[in-house]
Amino acid sequence: MQVPILKQGDYLIASIQAALTDADLVELRDELTERVGRFRSRGVIVDVTALDVMDSYAVRMLRAVAHMLKLRGAETVIVGIPPDVAFAMVQLGLTLEGVATALDLEEGLVYLDQKTKGGPRGIR
Amino acid sequence: MASAERHISISSDADIVTARQQGRALAEQLGFSGSELTIIATAISEVARNIVEYARTGEIVLSPLVDKDRRGILIVAWDEGPGIPDISKAMMDGYSTSGSLGLGLPGAKRLMDELEVSSSAGQGTIVKMKKWKR
Repeated sequence: MQVPILKQGDYLIASIQAALTDADLVELRDELTERVGRFRSRGVIVDVTALDVMDSYAVRMLRAVAHMLKLRGAETVIVGIPPDVAFAMVQLGLTLEGVATALDLEEGLVYLDQKTKGGPRGIR
Repeated sequence: MASAERHISISSDADIVTARQQGRALAEQLGFSGSELTIIATAISEVARNIVEYARTGEIVLSPLVDKDRRGILIVAWDEGPGIPDISKAMMDGYSTSGSLGLGLPGAKRLMDELEVSSSAGQGTIVKMKKWKR
């Protein structure tokens, strides 16, 4: 299951469409790391709305993605963690410490605008 | 037919996804709620990954549970891998011999109602976990 990655201006948006294997997650990490350089992206949104579970491997990989992209000069925000997935993550003892999260794509874009442009577009 | 046992052989990361999807499907048939389905699927993902990481191959067996007036799901993960030399350490948060987050077994125990591990060095591992319907 490949994750489509859309380029929108200075940002990349990766929308996970279905359950991902460990290998898919590694591929997503490598693709994003490469494309941030190719497109000189300033921010990345990873939409996990359709992910069936966030287990310890998925969390470890998303944390790695965010930290690697930071080293490449881009901000990352994870959006769309459903309530039941959030509940299971807390029970499991998983945190996304050091990684930005937002409710949905819209909030994710607002976050990236604040981080990379010093304020939401049209407001300042 | 909701009562059939399901066997999923585990030998790759793709099988982890299959196991948790089958577990979710069985739990749904048994009448578990939406958030419980995610909890069960997450716990299966953790124990299935332990098989791939430590034993390479093994099996997950899913079956319905009936106990007087209680109904639930039983998940057994077994392998013939190297086994766990020290189970009490393996049940501690953050303890890992594979460089992972070390939340697999203790995390799965928190997600489920019951979790038992039997293992010894060189003898493989059996993890049995149960979740009862509320």
